[in-house]
Amino acid sequence: MTQKMDNTTRYERLRERYMNGDIDRRGFLGLIGAAGLAYGVQTPFAKYAHAAADQVRFDGWGGVVSEAFRQYAFDPYTKKTGITVVDGTFGGGDEYLSRVKASQPGEYNIAHLSGVFDYARYHGLGLSSELNEDNIPNLQFVIPKLVDVFRGVSGGALSCVPYDYGTTGLAYNRKYISDERMQEMGANILLDESLKGKIAGWSDWRTRMWYASLQTDQDPNGATDTDACWDAIRKHRDLSLKYWGSGAELMSLLAEEEIYVTEGWSGRIYALQEQGHDIGYMDPPNGFGWQECLFVIKGSPMEPCEELLNFMLAPETSIAVAEGQSYPPALDPTKVDLGSKIPNLPAFDASGTLDGLTFADPTYWNGHEAEWSKMFGRVQKGY
Amino acid sequence: MSVEAREARQPWILLSPALGAVTLLLFVPLLFILVYSFWLRTATGADLAGFYLDNWQEALSDPFYRDILLGTLRIAAITTLVCALMGYPAAYFIARSRGNKAILLLLLMLPFWISYIIRTMSWINILGVSGGLNTFLIAVGLVDEPIQMLYNQTTVILGLVHFLLPFMVLNIYVSLEGIDTNLEDAANSLGATRWQSFLQVTLPLSLPGLAAGGLLCFVLGAGTYITPLVLGGPRDAMFANLVFEAIITQLNWPLGSALSLMLLVVLGALVLIYNRYLGMAQLMKGLG
Repeated sequence: MTQKMDNTTRYERLRERYMNGDIDRRGFLGLIGAAGLAYGVQTPFAKYAHAAADQVRFDGWGGVVSEAFRQYAFDPYTKKTGITVVDGTFGGGDEYLSRVKASQPGEYNIAHLSGVFDYARYHGLGLSSELNEDNIPNLQFVIPKLVDVFRGVSGGALSCVPYDYGTTGLAYNRKYISDERMQEMGANILLDESLKGKIAGWSDWRTRMWYASLQTDQDPNGATDTDACWDAIRKHRDLSLKYWGSGAELMSLLAEEEIYVTEGWSGRIYALQEQGHDIGYMDPPNGFGWQECLFVIKGSPMEPCEELLNFMLAPETSIAVAEGQSYPPALDPTKVDLGSKIPNLPAFDASGTLDGLTFADPTYWNGHEAEWSKMFGRVQKGY
Repeated sequence: MSVEAREARQPWILLSPALGAVTLLLFVPLLFILVYSFWLRTATGADLAGFYLDNWQEALSDPFYRDILLGTLRIAAITTLVCALMGYPAAYFIARSRGNKAILLLLLMLPFWISYIIRTMSWINILGVSGGLNTFLIAVGLVDEPIQMLYNQTTVILGLVHFLLPFMVLNIYVSLEGIDTNLEDAANSLGATRWQSFLQVTLPLSLPGLAAGGLLCFVLGAGTYITPLVLGGPRDAMFANLVFEAIITQLNWPLGSALSLMLLVVLGALVLIYNRYLGMAQLMKGLG
C-alpha cells in the first residue's frame, strides 16, 4: 500500500531517522526549524495565491452603502459565479491608501474610491492596474463624461469604472433652522455664531478648504487668498462641537440632535430623511460634487475583478445598489431607464452631462495635498 | 561540552522562543520605524529613502508638537490621579472583604470582556443630548433643556478613567494583599487609631502597587488616540492622534515614525525612572 506523502508523513520519517540514530539532534531540529521557516514565509503569500481564483476583496464606506453593495451586488454575484466577495470598510480615502501602502500586492483588490483626486493619487503612487474593457461591456451604459476624466489621468487606460456620484452639501435640522434661512445664508450658516456648539463638520481637509473657499467668496478650485480660508476654517472650528469622521457618526450626530447643521454626504442625509428625521439638505452654489468609482488595485486578480465590475454595472444591479445607498448611479439616464426613485435622489442629474455639479480639480487639490492636509491637522487642534 | 557550559546554555534555550518573539514583534518593527523616521515624504505621497534629519528637526523644534505632547502628559497625569483616588478605596475594599473577594475581582475584570471602543462609545448614550443622563434630568425636572456634556476634555478624561481604572485597582489590590494584616493589628495595639495605622503602616507599604498602577495608567493614557477621537472636541487631540494623522491622513510615514518614537522615548524614560527607584517586579505582580 502506498502512503500519501504529506507533511505529517515527512515529519514521521524524519523523526524515525532521528530515533534510529541516522541523524543527530542538531540536524533534526535544524530541519524542523527550516521546515517551519519555509512554511511561515510562504503562508502569507500562499493565502493570496489561493484567494486569487475564488475570492475578491472589496473595500468601501461601510454603513448603508456597504449594506446596499452586499445585498444587491455581492451576494447575487457570488450566487452566480461562486466567487466570494470579502468586503471591508474604511472611513476615508486617506486612511485606506495608508492600509494599501502597507499591504502585500493582491491583498486589497477593489476600492470604492471617491473623487478623481483619489484616482490620481493612487495612479501617481503606482497602484493602478489596466482594465480590459472588453470584459466590461456594461461600461457602455456609463455617462461618458465620468469615464473620460479618469482616462485623462491614466493616459487613456482605465483602472476603475465610475459607479455613482453625489454631493457634500449642507445638512440641517429643520426644527431649528428654516429652509429660508439656509437659502439666505448658504455656506455661511456654518459660521453663524448663534449656532455655536451646534455646528459640526467633516474632519477632511479638502471639504474644510472647499467650504472655506465658498465662505470667503472664492472659487473652490482656485482659491487665491488661502489665509482668509484658514481664518474661516478656524472660525468654524471654534463654533463646532465636533469634527465627524464617518458617515455613521454624521448620521448619529444629526439624528440625536447633538448638532443642528453640518456639511453632509447627500446619500446619507437622504437615508436619514427616509428614516423619518426632519433633516433638510441643500447644495450651495458651487457645492462640492464628487463621483465615486470602483478602482482595481495593482496586483489584483484581473478577470474576477472585471467580471465583478461588469456585474455591478449591469443596469439592474446598479439601479438596485443606487436605490439602496441613495446615491445616483453613474449610468447615463439618456441610455438607461433609471426607474422612479433615482430621479428623486439628491444631486441627480437627468441630462447625463453633470453640468450642474462642480467637481474637484485633481491637479489643484493634489498639488496642495501635502501642505494643506498638514496645515489642517494643526488648525484643527487650535493652531 | 562541559556540564557547566551546558547549564549556562539552558536558560537561553528556554528563553529563546520568548526572545525570538520579542525580537520579531517588537525590536524589528521598532528598527523599521527608526529607519523610516530618517526618510522623507515626497509631494506625491511616496517615500524618499535616505538619511534625512528633517522629520526629527521638525518634531523636536516645532512648538506645535511640544504643546500637544505637554497637553497629553497633563491629561494622562490627571487621569492617573483620578484613577488613584477612585481606585485605592475600591482596591482596599476588595482586599479586606471576606468571602466575596472572587466575585468582586470578577466584577472588576468584567469590563475587559467588552471592546474598549464600545466601552468608550457607551458614554455617548449616557451623556449625549438625548442620552440617559439628560433624559433623567429632564424627567425629574432638574433641567428644562439637555445639557451639552460630550465632546470636551472632561469627557476625554472620563473615558480614560473608565478604561484605566481596573489596571489601577488590580495593582493596588495585589500590593494590599501582600501586606500582613498583623502589622495593622500591632499598630492598633500600640495605640494607633485605625486611620493612623492606615496612614503610617498600610499606605506606605502599598505605595509600590500604587506606583505600578500609576505608571500603567499614565503610559496607557498618554498613548491612547481612540478616546479623544470618540469623546473629544476639535481641540482635544492627544499626541497619539498626531501620529495617527501623520501616518493615516497625511500618508507621512516618516514624520509619523519620528513622532511615535518621540512619544516612546518620553514614556520609556518614565518607565526607566520608575524601574530605577521602584523596580519592575511590582509591575509584573500587578499584571500577573
